[in-house]
Amino acid sequence: MAGGQERILRGRIRSVQATKKITRAMELIAGSRIVKAQQRVAAAVPYSEKITDVVKHLSAGGAVGNSPFLAGRPEVKTTCYVAITADRGLCGGYNTGVLRATEGEIKADLAAGKNYIVVPVGRKAEGYLRFRGYNLGQGFAGFSDAPGHSNAAEIGKYVVDLFLTGQVDKVELVYTRFVSAGTQEVVLRPLVPLGGDLTAAQADDHGAAEAGGDYEYEPDPEGILDTLLPRYVEARVYAALLNAAASEHAFRQRAMKSATDNAEELIKNLSRTMNRARQDSITTEIMEIVGGAEALSSGEDAIVISSVFGMENPFVSSDRV
Amino acid sequence: MSEAPGFRVEVVSPERVVFSGETTQIITRTIGGGEIAFLPGHTSFLGALTENHTRVWLSDGTIMNLAIHGGFVEVSDNVVTLLSDGAELGSEIDIERARRALERAEELTRTENSTEVEASLRRAHARLAAAGGLAGVNAGH
Repeated sequence: MAGGQERILRGRIRSVQATKKITRAMELIAGSRIVKAQQRVAAAVPYSEKITDVVKHLSAGGAVGNSPFLAGRPEVKTTCYVAITADRGLCGGYNTGVLRATEGEIKADLAAGKNYIVVPVGRKAEGYLRFRGYNLGQGFAGFSDAPGHSNAAEIGKYVVDLFLTGQVDKVELVYTRFVSAGTQEVVLRPLVPLGGDLTAAQADDHGAAEAGGDYEYEPDPEGILDTLLPRYVEARVYAALLNAAASEHAFRQRAMKSATDNAEELIKNLSRTMNRARQDSITTEIMEIVGGAEALSSGEDAIVISSVFGMENPFVSSDRV
Repeated sequence: MSEAPGFRVEVVSPERVVFSGETTQIITRTIGGGEIAFLPGHTSFLGALTENHTRVWLSDGTIMNLAIHGGFVEVSDNVVTLLSDGAELGSEIDIERARRALERAEELTRTENSTEVEASLRRAHARLAAAGGLAGVNAGH
């Protein structure tokens, strides 16, 4: 009885220890990947800064014209949300944060009588949103922990296509921004049209453009703009993917750390219970032995007596015979 | 230019800064415009690049070869910035692989004709040229 319970507890402790080993390993892996992911975020900064500069110079040079890409459409009927999540779970509230924000935006759009389309990036987004019957565009998955530029290019190409063919009038990115190893936040950033920040850039860059003199263009400014803007969108998507990847690792590390801590706590409690059970069973055993010995010793007298009698019996019997 | 004989060049791809340093001359190729050379003191310039073999004359006289797979070039204030989706240093390119890729691309152009196939041919060509393995295949391109 008591020994049986001890065995069950021992089994549970062993299983929790095995789980702890796994969560500890995942914690360490995520921790080492945060650093790498952070470096990749930093490595992508020069390109996106430079390309932003080029777009600014181009728009400051007055080459922009009235491209819907920059100015946007007068009426926004359909919004496209690019929800960037992980491919895997076990990362705490990382996926839920992004998905909840996306759902909130969709509900607001529906309440305002507008349409939406969601482009899920990462398996978790696709699974969650498809199960709930949301209107999905093409999904992208399989690269959430180490996205490459080609992944961003695919997504960029797809959303630019959606925008240019008029299926959507606005594209927004929902992702987790990596502020520092301790802080990440879910953000909603407009991607297409590029209007907002570039017209602002136009205003504050005017002086610089005049000082820098006129640019020569080859081929023509419009031609450059046509190839430049999709690249710019790709760079923005790439930055978002890298941020999301770094955040995913940070979230996973935290989640796995608390899982490891919980496992330790659980092991401590279980071993206490187990030790008590073992102590109980030892106590019971001692009691049994003592009781047995006592029973024996009181019985031993009888045995001694009986053996004495037994010894004497033959004589007695022989006497009797 | 009276002061510095050279100027800065930065080759930046989305994933990293491929090269950054001093140079005296750069030759690259724009879409539709053919090859273009930049010397110190070039006027502000903005161009879209095609897949090409870019040569950078370093200050010590050596020529650095790069395969640039599309992108942009911006010149302002004596700084040339090459923004490219894919930029590779010639020294990092595997010549054998590049040669096979070029053969594959040439094979493809015989059977089908699309902008993608053409782009892959130009890419393979640029890569092989930058790796310095072109002389044996077809000298006069």
